[in-house]
Amino acid sequence: MKNEFQVIADLIEKDKKVLDVGCADGTLMKFLKDNKNINIRGLEISKEKVQECIAKGLTVIEGNAEKDLKQFPDKSFDYVVLSQTLQAFLNPELVLDELLRVGKKAIVTIPNFGYWKVRFHLLFKGTMPITKTLPDEWYNTPNLHMCTIKDFFHFVKSKDIKIFKSLALNNLNTSIINESNLGVKNLFADLGIFLIEK
Amino acid sequence: MNTEKNIKTLIVKKPLKLDCGKTIKDFPIAYETYGSLNSKKDNAILVFHALTGDQFITGINPVTNKEGWWSYAVGPDKAIDTNKYFVICSNVIGGCMGSYGPSHKDPDQKIFGTNFPVITINDMVNAQYNLLDHFGIDKLFSITGGSMGGMQVLQFISNFPDKSKTVIPIATTSSHSAQNIAFNELGRQAITADSNWKDGNYTSNDTNPGKGLAVARMAAHITYLSKKGLQEKFGRKLQEREDLKFGFDADFQIESYLRYQGSVFVDRFDANSYLYITRAMDYFDLAKQFNGNLSEAFINTKAKFFIISFTSDWLYPTQENKDIVIALNSIGADVGFVEIESDKGHDSFLLDVPDFLNALKNFLDKSYEEN
Repeated sequence: MKNEFQVIADLIEKDKKVLDVGCADGTLMKFLKDNKNINIRGLEISKEKVQECIAKGLTVIEGNAEKDLKQFPDKSFDYVVLSQTLQAFLNPELVLDELLRVGKKAIVTIPNFGYWKVRFHLLFKGTMPITKTLPDEWYNTPNLHMCTIKDFFHFVKSKDIKIFKSLALNNLNTSIINESNLGVKNLFADLGIFLIEK
Repeated sequence: MNTEKNIKTLIVKKPLKLDCGKTIKDFPIAYETYGSLNSKKDNAILVFHALTGDQFITGINPVTNKEGWWSYAVGPDKAIDTNKYFVICSNVIGGCMGSYGPSHKDPDQKIFGTNFPVITINDMVNAQYNLLDHFGIDKLFSITGGSMGGMQVLQFISNFPDKSKTVIPIATTSSHSAQNIAFNELGRQAITADSNWKDGNYTSNDTNPGKGLAVARMAAHITYLSKKGLQEKFGRKLQEREDLKFGFDADFQIESYLRYQGSVFVDRFDANSYLYITRAMDYFDLAKQFNGNLSEAFINTKAKFFIISFTSDWLYPTQENKDIVIALNSIGADVGFVEIESDKGHDSFLLDVPDFLNALKNFLDKSYEEN
């Protein structure tokens, strides 16, 4: 399991109720279910991925986060997880609001467009950056609204969303992001993980 | 029609009050079982059949000598694995494969015909509930069924919230739509317009309203298929002829196919049963039973739901299945949902659709492992 999922799992206490939005093949769900006794649900848009989740014995709903989160009552999950998908929505702000309505807390991870390799790629090659967390070409990427760790940090603050924890990931290294080191983390992390609440 | 041997029957002694107000008692429920009940009695699956189905799910139906209606899904090592599970299915009341219905005799030894009480989906599941006592099963492992079978699944878990661990409604609805009612009415009108129907008082096979029933089946059959499926299978292909004949014989293969479907149906189904069962479907509106709030129907159950729809099913489309998912999510129920890609229309649940059969098998087997 990738390091990102381990960090997410460490943020969630045992025996909680969790919704994994865009749960893909259910790797994180299965880990949370087996290791932390989490009452876990998934929402996934891809039919193939839904089938993979069912084969793992996971409860998953085929659906689209932009349309289908509204069916869940307010604060009906302890945590709602959204891993590296926020930038792919037509309206990320709306989805973020929905995550925070449905979940008591939300864990959102974003691929960092401020990562130095991304900046160097654009600066020196002059073409759209391709990295480990941003593997697609400009013409086939699902990403519509790329942002940096700094962008997201300022964005949630401006919306009066409480940040409990913000973590910077660079390969296997995890470190805490705060106001004073934001500029450095924004340069050296390829992934940001935010535990937030509204 | 009900005198065939090979039909197992449970006589329900206990009176059953029907929704129409009448009470029936000492009535037969015809059933069949597959696989064996284990010692813990925790491996039983109750399957509910659709409009024209019966208790003979898989293998050769001993009455019609044809394959059972869910042979693709049920059997040894299949999605509903009879090596592992004890599968029970019974003919609905109002039906014509041995359960109490309009072709039975009333206490005065006169065939009921349209004097049989109008039954509902609720009445059907209340009658079938007696099978649990009969087999000494306290709690089923699963209940499942497609189409009208799915309606019975929803009604059953609403009536008996702690009697099944898992619940699998397939290609169904919680409320029959105007379009659904319209198609059923078309079928009923075809039957009652047949001069042999005689207000339901036909008696022997020679004088039954076969033509009307065949037309009803033909019209309904179109609704079970998708436009794309029909086009790919038949297109404008001609039936054993080089060119159009400028007449009203079956020029096109699709015409011939529908005529055949109508004619074989008449051999195995009773016209009055068709009237009664379609009526029960039309009356089905689960939310209405709970003052318009569908979620209330499931508020007392802790069962795990898995709802399945098909992309090309326009009779019970994905959205109607999703409405059930939404009602369950709004009360925090344990519900999974998948829409299966298929161009075989509503009939997809009866056919060899591997994604569907795999999902069904995986859900059942994984849930059973967690037991």
